[in-house]
Amino acid sequence: MSNLLESDVVEAVLEAGVAAGSEFVEIFVEDVARRSVSLDDRRIENLASSRDRGVGIRAVVGDRVGFAHTSDLTLESLLAAVETAAAAAVKGIEPSPGVSADPQPAPAISPTVQIDPAEVPAADKVALVRAADEAARAEDDAITQVSARYAETRRRIQVANSDGVRSEDDQTRTQFSVTAVATGDAGQQTGSESIGNSVGFELFDRNDVTELARHAAQRALTKVNARPAPSGTMPVVIGPGSGGVLFHEACGHGLEADLVKKGASAFAGRVGEKVASELVTIVDDGTMPDEWGRYAVDDEGRPAARNVLIEKGVLKDYMWDGLRARAERRPSSGNGRRQSYRHLPMVRMTNTYLAPGDQTPEEIIAGVDDGVYVARLGGGQVNTSSGDFVFGMTEAYMIRDGQIAEPIREGQLIGNGPKVLQMIDAVGNDFEMGPPGTCGKDGQGVPVGDGVPTLRVTELTIGGTSA
Amino acid sequence: MTPEELLVLATDICSLAGDDEQMEVAVSAGSSTSVRVYGGDVESYTSADSSGAGIRVIVDGREGFASAGTLDRPILEGLVSDARDNAMFAEPDPFAGIAEPDDVDPVEVDAWREETLELTADERIARALEVERRVLDGHDAITGVRTATFSDAHGAAALVSTAGIRATDRSTSVSSMVQALAVDGERSQTGFGWHGGRAPSEVDFDFIVERAIGRSTGLIGSAKPESATVDLVLDPQLSATILGLTAGTLGGDRINKKRSPFVGREGESIASPLLTLSDDPTDARSVGAASTDGEGLACRPVPLISAGVLESFTWDSYNARKAGTRSTGSAVRGTRGLPTPGVHALSASAGTAGSLEDLISSVDLGVYVYSLAGLHSGVNPVSGDFSVGVEGRMIRDGSIAEPIGECTIGSTLQRLLLDISAVGSDRTYMPSGVAAPSMIVSGVRLSGI
Repeated sequence: MSNLLESDVVEAVLEAGVAAGSEFVEIFVEDVARRSVSLDDRRIENLASSRDRGVGIRAVVGDRVGFAHTSDLTLESLLAAVETAAAAAVKGIEPSPGVSADPQPAPAISPTVQIDPAEVPAADKVALVRAADEAARAEDDAITQVSARYAETRRRIQVANSDGVRSEDDQTRTQFSVTAVATGDAGQQTGSESIGNSVGFELFDRNDVTELARHAAQRALTKVNARPAPSGTMPVVIGPGSGGVLFHEACGHGLEADLVKKGASAFAGRVGEKVASELVTIVDDGTMPDEWGRYAVDDEGRPAARNVLIEKGVLKDYMWDGLRARAERRPSSGNGRRQSYRHLPMVRMTNTYLAPGDQTPEEIIAGVDDGVYVARLGGGQVNTSSGDFVFGMTEAYMIRDGQIAEPIREGQLIGNGPKVLQMIDAVGNDFEMGPPGTCGKDGQGVPVGDGVPTLRVTELTIGGTSA
Repeated sequence: MTPEELLVLATDICSLAGDDEQMEVAVSAGSSTSVRVYGGDVESYTSADSSGAGIRVIVDGREGFASAGTLDRPILEGLVSDARDNAMFAEPDPFAGIAEPDDVDPVEVDAWREETLELTADERIARALEVERRVLDGHDAITGVRTATFSDAHGAAALVSTAGIRATDRSTSVSSMVQALAVDGERSQTGFGWHGGRAPSEVDFDFIVERAIGRSTGLIGSAKPESATVDLVLDPQLSATILGLTAGTLGGDRINKKRSPFVGREGESIASPLLTLSDDPTDARSVGAASTDGEGLACRPVPLISAGVLESFTWDSYNARKAGTRSTGSAVRGTRGLPTPGVHALSASAGTAGSLEDLISSVDLGVYVYSLAGLHSGVNPVSGDFSVGVEGRMIRDGSIAEPIGECTIGSTLQRLLLDISAVGSDRTYMPSGVAAPSMIVSGVRLSGI
């Protein structure tokens, strides 16, 4: 891949930043092209494409960061940006040189995709969303509405800093989602499915969108016949895959070094302590091949890594970005990410999962007399400082006498992250990654993956709508 | 760039349209600055210029769209061809098209405050530091501030189309936010305070500080409550949240696709007679006020619910054509996205039930709601099913009692609207653009222990 910015321009800007008094200067160049096709109400509703290219320049003095970004890539504009960034950082502070530099990572780049989506004719993408529409509608007459969306992103980045980092990456992501609406006597219900990988159009050689559409339709049909979820506290078995979002939200965020350092985490100061059941091992792994949250280098130019956060219940380490790691004189864990060149990097997760155990899913369910089985967990919200969370259940069933029983709908799972970690009493030998996600933090969204095996929590609160 | 310069650029690009093409060109440019402070010092200071363009082309009823984060002339010309390419594969739709000018004249809304452009770096930093310091000094239980920010922006936009639309717009904005941390045994409680306006003088810093302190310290010792049927007391911000969700289900796109619990219910009573709700972008007191909508048509007042009766949905031009009605000037969009029907300046009428304190003292068993969690996953805009997490304080015999958390309320949006039992006289314009009073919603199921 050719550099987005010529190296003499990069060096000139870095030099200017240092000359202006910065202890650390970084240039982040990004070029993103997106295309999407969406279908709704039997109609190809929208074909859209977008292009974004720009540079974010960060200058650091002490704990102060000056940041300026521009979509104008001329040397003149970049020098103005680095002056602005450095001036903001230097303001009123004497530089204190001598902070140790990060070791320079080996150059790395994401593998070339097999089929570049940009080379695939639009007609093929249109055919995919149509096929999903037809398959979902064919599933049952009660399916009254279908929407489907295809999207591709190619993001090329280049990072250089005054510590000697010179990195680049070329990231392609392809995704597909379908939502079906079923209408019954009790009103309308929706069912959704989505897939997404850090791969090209070969995603559709590996996945059949008509099967995905049928699953979405079945989920809507199940819910239309479901009764409202009960309310109360009971044992909950979470099925493989989508439950990973719970650990991402309720535990992962509390293990991000920026939140920990500000005392905004329930896990602050607890490395080496037992914070979870012995059955719990949680890993964040930016190197998982093809996964949605994968990359070769992070948005600070450091290689992605596999980081064990909790091992057999014991807190091993937090996740780090370059700036916090630099201040602590330790290596970054490759978790410095940003939504775009317009944003400052911060500590973010990649692919976060709870490692499988050795019980079969059947054994785990059989251990519950009266509880809830969550086949699919939806979106949620967490208060990172208290650890309290709320998640929607998008497909769930009652468990009665050790068997999965009737479906329930529209309930929320309420609990506390650190408490839930202690209350996991069974972990399955199955494992799946969940659907592709977008993690939001301080207004920035980045693609993330998560996954879990089947697992059981001794007690969670279900907030249902049944009387 | 000035609105006039943007108008010239958009007109230039729109002139590339062929005889058989409809084209709409939206362009915008602006600058923003944001300072974050932590521990008595600047954590980051960000300044940026940004621009964007979005081009919509319709050929033979086929629509295509392309956008970019730049105003470079060659790239804009490239967008025209991208939009045309995209249109080739779209489905022909007899209703597709850009907005045709109608006979409603825009009401001039001045959203520009020179004062905002005069802010200096030192002033921004001083304001953010002061918010942080006031929160830290404001209460013994406050142990930290996760972040305090001060942000301001100014920008201009222009929209030009082959139908003869020529609209411009410019605005300034300022906001400040703080997240307070209060120690609560082994855990901590977060309190979020935020306010904004068009100029620094419109930002209510006292509100930000008091809100962050009150919300974090007010939750200390919170526990899961016993399940019960309660009255919810919502302050203007929380009322605005519920009413905003309601307005979301009244969008003409959802109605056409039959994805709303209120499809086909115009003229029917869907809410308590105490509720009157409209979208009024001509009310300049709202920061959501605007002269023209996302398709360049004049913004106008849209009555949504009058004394509980459903009056109207919100329509953009495409959905209005499809439904056989006229646009209500309700298209909302960013430069880089397509317009959809929505609200600009949602407004609920004041009631007669007095202040928030009056509402609280009228409740025997209730919850004074601090925040609702999981609105995204817990509210189904198709069925209206509603199940969200709640934090706040119990109300017992008219007084604020113990703090609660880790619990949910379950209902439906339809039920909540019908069960509004009191509307306060304290209608407030909020920095979100919504104007709303406090409200009580009666007989809601609270699930805890």
